[in-house]
Amino acid sequence: MENSLNLAAVTFDGVLALVLLVLAWQLLRSPNLFKAIVLFISFGLMLSLAWVRLKAVDIALAEAAIGAGLTGALFLTALDRLQRNNQKAGDSLISQPGKVIAGISVLALTCILGWTVWTLPPFSNQMLALVSSNMPISGVENPVTAVLLNFRGYDTLLEIGVLLLAAVGVLAVTPSAVMVADSAPSPILILLLRLLLPFIILVSGYILWIGKYAPGGAFQAGAVLAAGGILLATAAVRFNLSASKALPLATGIGLLIFLLVALATMMLRGNYLQYPVAQAGTLILVIEAAATLSIAAVLVLLFVGLKSDADCPVPGEDSKNFIFEEENTIK
Amino acid sequence: MSLTDLFGSFLLLLAIPFFWGGSLGLLRFPDIYTRLHALTKADNLGLGLVVAGSILISKEWTVGVKLILIWLAVLTASTISCYLIANAARKRKINPWKIP
Repeated sequence: MENSLNLAAVTFDGVLALVLLVLAWQLLRSPNLFKAIVLFISFGLMLSLAWVRLKAVDIALAEAAIGAGLTGALFLTALDRLQRNNQKAGDSLISQPGKVIAGISVLALTCILGWTVWTLPPFSNQMLALVSSNMPISGVENPVTAVLLNFRGYDTLLEIGVLLLAAVGVLAVTPSAVMVADSAPSPILILLLRLLLPFIILVSGYILWIGKYAPGGAFQAGAVLAAGGILLATAAVRFNLSASKALPLATGIGLLIFLLVALATMMLRGNYLQYPVAQAGTLILVIEAAATLSIAAVLVLLFVGLKSDADCPVPGEDSKNFIFEEENTIK
Repeated sequence: MSLTDLFGSFLLLLAIPFFWGGSLGLLRFPDIYTRLHALTKADNLGLGLVVAGSILISKEWTVGVKLILIWLAVLTASTISCYLIANAARKRKINPWKIP
């Protein structure tokens, strides 16, 4: 029984690895961009299955929600924008020298990553022991959350900052931040929203809360919340980003709270992000709640920014010229 | 292996032909509407069987409730996305396939 189960697991993992490689190859080779995106989404779902098999459920959740779901939606919107700008989907936007530079960069990165993996010290339980021996002072029970928000909190702080930068970048190149739909949304879509949105908010809150004890946390909760936001933005007939006060505010609040906690701990305890043991759990939950809002807001902003640019009132012209025109009018 | 385990496994195996049929329909049917039909009908029934089988094997009622909720969520999402895709196709004036 034990042996046959083992054999089944090995076979499953082998087939999964093979499927991943075939999907990756197919999606890179496909000249049809739409097909490539669909393959990319399938690749993301298979990859999240691989993370489950590796017992990294946290990463599996993030991969399914962000890697497959939201990135897929962003790619589809980008493709839609390409087609609206009358560019053939097959046409490359990158010049020949650009392609060479991109190729060399990717090759160099692959070499560096490969070398790094090669020179990694052999797996030892030292880190594992270090984490588990410090779990009582972390304020949470899930080791992944303890590492992300406590032991290596600085990394996560910077990650939230990077997300904010991405959102600012998108806002900078999206002058007309008004999204106008072609027609009134279908009543069925509205029905879906009515049914799903309360559950999405509930599930997001649950994933945020459960992060203390089990796989979950700010990134997964934020991604789920963002999915709801994107659904809402899709159904809106008109979505004015520049008039929205809540979205930019939510974008910044994660980093703000994180920095405030960091400063407060520095002043009170002398060390950056060294939480007092008794309050560690509460502080982590507060930071994660704010981060959830910010992650969701950034992801929605990326989607809305990409979408609204497609509806900019100057058809046929590329966005560079359009920004130029805006600048002229301001002068 | 208890009787419920055996019956659960039987339901899981029973799901295979439905998923197989749904996938085959997606690949072999002539147009978008018939392909949607194959996917949504057969796969949702297959998923129902997987859920029923998993409930019998899991033995914990909390897991069972979660599995049923998952099934209902997938049913809702697939029904509505099927409608949205078919409606978008209709708006693009894609005519349904007719027996030639």
